[in-house]
Amino acid sequence: MRPFDYHRPDTAEAALNDASDGTAFIGGGTNLLDLMKLEVMTPDRLVDVNHLGLNRIEETDDGIEIGATVRNSDLADDARIRRRWPVLSRALLAGASPQLRNTATTAGNLLQRTRCPYFQDIDAACNKRDPGSGCAAVGGELRNHAVLGTSEHCIALHPSDMAVAMRALDAEVVIRGSGGSTRTTGLPDFYRLPGETPHIETTLEPGELITAIRLPAPPGDRQAYRKVRERASYAFALVSTAAVLRMENGKIASAALAFGGVGTQPWRDAEVDTLLRDERPSNALFDKAGEVLMRNAELREGLEFKKPLAQRVLKAVLTEVTR
Amino acid sequence: MQTTLTVNGTRHQLDLDPRVTLLDALRDHLCLTGSKKGCDHGQCGACTVIADGRRINACLTLAVMHDGAELVTVEGLADGESLSPLQQAFLDHDGMQCGYCTPGQLCSATAMLEEVRAGRASHVTGELEGEMRLTREEITERMSGNLCRCACYSGIVAAIEEAATK
Ligand SMILES: Cc1cc2nc3c(=O)[nH]c(=O)nc-3n(C[C@H](O)[C@H](O)[C@H](O)COP(=O)(O)OP(=O)(O)OC[C@H]3O[C@@H](n4cnc5c(N)ncnc54)[C@H](O)[C@@H]3O)c2cc1C
Ligand code: SF4
Ligand code: FES
Ligand code: FES
Repeated sequence: MRPFDYHRPDTAEAALNDASDGTAFIGGGTNLLDLMKLEVMTPDRLVDVNHLGLNRIEETDDGIEIGATVRNSDLADDARIRRRWPVLSRALLAGASPQLRNTATTAGNLLQRTRCPYFQDIDAACNKRDPGSGCAAVGGELRNHAVLGTSEHCIALHPSDMAVAMRALDAEVVIRGSGGSTRTTGLPDFYRLPGETPHIETTLEPGELITAIRLPAPPGDRQAYRKVRERASYAFALVSTAAVLRMENGKIASAALAFGGVGTQPWRDAEVDTLLRDERPSNALFDKAGEVLMRNAELREGLEFKKPLAQRVLKAVLTEVTR
Repeated sequence: MQTTLTVNGTRHQLDLDPRVTLLDALRDHLCLTGSKKGCDHGQCGACTVIADGRRINACLTLAVMHDGAELVTVEGLADGESLSPLQQAFLDHDGMQCGYCTPGQLCSATAMLEEVRAGRASHVTGELEGEMRLTREEITERMSGNLCRCACYSGIVAAIEEAATK
């Protein structure tokens, strides 16, 4: 690891003042330190955000606000989350290991970097790590890369499970800037597609701090998260689906579906949600939803399996939640 | 950087480079070599210790982030010469061969049994709000953060099953 200074402020103001060029905030450190050991990330200062009082979960009018440093295990375990947003508990419990979940934070999980092996190998060409150097993945060995939202410059997957559930739940990120200003942005505006600038993954400006994530009232009471991986546990998703549905008189009154393992960001497609609304559940309907989801998929060699797998997982989840 | 760690009840004052991971502080600075380094990247669980009551991977956290923390490592599980029920059960059920993963397995399982008592759910738990029952399936899922290259999993699961009833 390269040398760095370590700061441990105890207020958000102090943390923002401590941040300068080359600073990284450290939450759990389970992603940042991993990448610092590999010299993929080389901040010269770490500002520890664990003592800023951002570790509470509080109910709002009809939703809930989750502090940036709430541990993944505590979030999964929270009685209110288990009762009203179980899809989030399920997504968290399907990710990483108990030890990692005890350390990983909510903000850190949203901002975790891709697991593309070329991104992690500092000798490989990678536009995300080293802008303009090329992309070793395109034309290289592909297994767990994206098929939706890709560009010729980068096809890296966003690996988070938690963020997939949050995408279905219409989560908003609360961000504090150095002038003390606070803004809120939904996940669709928070994550950026790679385009020509895959190194810029979110609309978070350098030095801005995530203080919380807000969830509105759950858009549906029928919730499920299903993840398919290469071994039974402790592995990233090949494909996953979060579903949040409401049924009325045998019809789907509202549907919010989000997908992991397929996109360059936690994926949601308004056309899939719209297609399902006001329809009676049927295999034909679910097959159609799978076709719509994958209509623009770029199935590079080695990634062909993602299409049928994502479609089958979608169908299985829809069958489960509309039963 | 001045850092105080209380490990297995003993307070230590250390002056550390911020780069030192908690695992390296334990092994190289405090000579507590029970906690093992398998992968150094959060992928194997050999470095599992209990920090302020929670199991974590000591390789993916900095020692300076634990200033003031209370840590338990494998060296702190026995009471003098008398083994903890879990340690005894690992011996009785052949829960190891080479033993490299064992300190991590023991710390992990010790904390895992507390999590079950506290009603924490796992990926395989049927009802998130129901009562937690420690079935074999639950044990294997809850211990999935600890790999064993000798594949002593059946002995490890049997040991935990027995210790859970004590
Ligand atoms: C072996 C292994 C297996 C894993 N398996 C899975 C899996 O199956 N599913 C899954 O979803 N994840 C998995 N993970 C990833 C894990 O979930 C992430 O490492 C973790 O969520 C990151 O959280 P953290 O708090 O440790 O982040 P950190 O490492 O502390 O930070 C990550 C990034 O976020 C930034 N940051 C942190 N907090 C803030 C803040 N408040 N404001 C602004 N920026 C901030 C940091 O600067 C850094 O860039 C796995 C990890 C490992 C090592
Ligand atoms: S896919 Fe993206 S992260 Fe992977 S090598 Fe290409 S540019 Fe880098
Ligand atoms: S050494 Fe820490 S998880 Fe492998
Ligand atoms: S006993 Fe050898 S690795 Fe587990």
